[in-house]
Amino acid sequence: MTYTAPLADMRFIVHDLGELARVHALPGFEETTPDLVDAVLEEAGKFGASVLAPLNEVGDRQHSVFENGVVRTPDGFKEAYDQFVQSGWNSVPFNPEYGGQGLPWLVATAVSEVWNAANMAFGLCPMLTQASVELLDSYGTDTLKRTFLPKLVEGTWTGTMNLTEPQAGSDLARVRTKAIPDNGAYRIVGQKIFITWGEHDMAENIVHMVLARLPDAPDGVRGLSLFLVPKFMPNPDGSCGVRNDLRCISIEHKLGIRASPTAVMSFGDDGGAVGYLIGEENHGLEHMFLMMNNARLAVGLEGVGIGDRAYQLAHAYAMGRVQARLTGSADPDPVTIIHHPDVQRMLLTMKSQVEAARALAYFVAASLDVSRHYPEEGVRAHHDGLVALLTPVVKAWSTDVGIEVADLGIQVHGGMGYIEESGAPQHLRDARIASIYEGTNGIQANDLVGRKVARNGGATARDLIALMRELDGPLGQSANEHLRVIRRELSRAIDELEAATVWVVQTNPKDPRAVAMGAYYYLRLMGTVAGGWMLARSAVTALRKLSEADGDPNFLHGKVLTARFFADHLLVRSEGLKRALIGGGWLLQDFVPEDHL
Amino acid sequence: MHIVVCIKQVPDSAQIRIHPVTNTIMRQGVPTIINPFDLFALEEALALRDRFGGTVTVITMGPPMADAALRKALSFGADRAILLTDRLFAGSDTLATSYVLSSAIARIGQETPVDMVFTGKQTIDGDTAQVGPGIAVRLGLNQLTYVERIVELDPSLRRIVVHRRAEGGVQVLETRLPCLITMLEGTNHIRFAGMDDMFRAARAEIATWGAAEAGVDEPGRCGLRGSPTVVKKVFAPTPRTEKATPIETSGKSPQEIADAAIDVIFAAKPSLRSEMAGRRQAG
Repeated sequence: MTYTAPLADMRFIVHDLGELARVHALPGFEETTPDLVDAVLEEAGKFGASVLAPLNEVGDRQHSVFENGVVRTPDGFKEAYDQFVQSGWNSVPFNPEYGGQGLPWLVATAVSEVWNAANMAFGLCPMLTQASVELLDSYGTDTLKRTFLPKLVEGTWTGTMNLTEPQAGSDLARVRTKAIPDNGAYRIVGQKIFITWGEHDMAENIVHMVLARLPDAPDGVRGLSLFLVPKFMPNPDGSCGVRNDLRCISIEHKLGIRASPTAVMSFGDDGGAVGYLIGEENHGLEHMFLMMNNARLAVGLEGVGIGDRAYQLAHAYAMGRVQARLTGSADPDPVTIIHHPDVQRMLLTMKSQVEAARALAYFVAASLDVSRHYPEEGVRAHHDGLVALLTPVVKAWSTDVGIEVADLGIQVHGGMGYIEESGAPQHLRDARIASIYEGTNGIQANDLVGRKVARNGGATARDLIALMRELDGPLGQSANEHLRVIRRELSRAIDELEAATVWVVQTNPKDPRAVAMGAYYYLRLMGTVAGGWMLARSAVTALRKLSEADGDPNFLHGKVLTARFFADHLLVRSEGLKRALIGGGWLLQDFVPEDHL
Repeated sequence: MHIVVCIKQVPDSAQIRIHPVTNTIMRQGVPTIINPFDLFALEEALALRDRFGGTVTVITMGPPMADAALRKALSFGADRAILLTDRLFAGSDTLATSYVLSSAIARIGQETPVDMVFTGKQTIDGDTAQVGPGIAVRLGLNQLTYVERIVELDPSLRRIVVHRRAEGGVQVLETRLPCLITMLEGTNHIRFAGMDDMFRAARAEIATWGAAEAGVDEPGRCGLRGSPTVVKKVFAPTPRTEKATPIETSGKSPQEIADAAIDVIFAAKPSLRSEMAGRRQAG
């Protein structure tokens, strides 16, 4: 069950689609040259393929084990993590002031796709550390930053997010964990669940970011504050000191990502764990949202990564498995199943969606860099809006794609796909969490229609639509038959998205529940159209490169055909999604859950 | 320790495809890599440097784009890189190439004496395995070819012991520094490039030496003029005519299948039976 990083497609997006050019032009990223990025991607690919990927199946089989208060990770994980840290992979996008490499999010995104694909359970550990680093760098005091950031950036200490409690899942207003002021610090008391990599044996120390409530705090989400709570109190010399009053009580038994320990954490069994306030009192959730935006992009990347891994596995199987003569052929000899049209349909449904989701995620990552570093405020704000609009789309659409693709991966294998030893089931089991955590995909859809579209009257969505329509010119300049079809289907799909956007904006003030009923369809619609747009851009670029004899012709032809397939088979879903959105709201008038469910 | 590693930039043969219609090699879009055999030499040199201290200098002769191979070597941790590039070098065969490389190594040695020179066993595009020995002869270095393991190295006594894979067995060879080693494949694993070294490689100013800087004092000995080897013709070998002999396997045990396979082999080459029996007796 090997994995090969999709370097050709990564390079195509980064270089040929111009995402790196957008970022390289920004102040501070002068050193991020095409050569450097190529070197980084190649090495990440090697590390993922040769160190992390071989541990994926081991991790699933052995999973992390909780015994006598400690968590033991599967064989090889600690050594792999040490190597990961030594090579500097943990610090890719972080502030050089604290030891980071200062590379743009575009590069960090491509690199993290490799970790997710090679070993999603492993990749979660640095992903959570990354979230902690961002929070601390944005809102921590100088003392906290100096104490914790160098270790977290380096990766010798890891970070976690402690939000969920048994009664407070998606609804964080119900968080009960208490923070009691104590001599300039705080004593944290309470229980947290679903804490990813909350306890493990790969790092010297674990730094928990904990949402808790001060004694006089108002009810609801406006009464939550954010605290940094280390497992071991740091000594002045940076080493680990006494154990803080927190412990892991157990870890969960999960459908997938079994090597990633999901901990139940208890804080303050002996009087209170020492915590330090991050940012302002009662503004914890606001602060958390900054981190959650990037974490949502990172989870979207899990969908891309797992999808690609599942595709590679299914593709390899289809290339080798011989079954049945080809339909309509006079030759009685059986052929490899990749020649059967239905298998090709499945493989192209996988490939095209993975490549569309990858291109969209990289586009959003580059836009994130522009939104933070462009010299002019207006341009920054414009890109900030675009990133905010597309973040829930990348999270939810890409993770749905990941699940659909992993599911098709099983189907391509036939009966073997239902057998664990084929490797295909693990990808589906692993992919399944990504549409749930970091805000369920339903919550992403509500965020999209409410905060991102309706709130500003659809202005940002219209900006995106205008941007997509700019491609119509280049698409129309070629007499190529594939481009002609892609242009037609993309144009229709954009029309559907535009009509759906008008409906959301008009309906939301008077009937927000009807909009919420169809929000998921709207998100799928936006993802599908944006994905089709990305592949159409790819087709235009690939045809240009082909005409200039610049690049591997098989790869470039493949890009064109993949875009055409997406237009014919997936963009056409747009109409159905729009109709379900607009037509589905009647249910709310006629339907009584108590009577009819 | 000052170690010089000679590398070559080659097309990534794993990514070369044959055109389905014309049966010609499709060169378009084929990326270049460091000759894979050279990576074993580079890793061995880096490991010695890590153990004994010192410097690893990587050199390559090639067009200006070979700069990329040197940056790659720097990203693995090499300390310094020199590109030997000059129109005069174009078209060099192994004789001319080893002349240019040995001139450059001699020049490098004038600044800091060179203790060891490493090359790969051979390149994947030329497959001659001549350049390493050619350098050793020109520089008067003791040469250790096809080395699979460095068993002992004492820099102060300037003594080295290696295992050399030879036909029929492994030779244990001892010699004195300075020496040239051609490293066998599969003897080590090239390390992962770390982020810090990747940045260093990207920032590095790579020294570019033309014929004069490389100490090439007889231009007639390099490039096409200095290359007596001429490729007269390239042809595809005709496929062999023997037919495959099928072996019935259904309902048979692995032992029976193996016996049947051996019978077929001996039937095709009867002398093999007595040869193998003789070897077996000899132990």
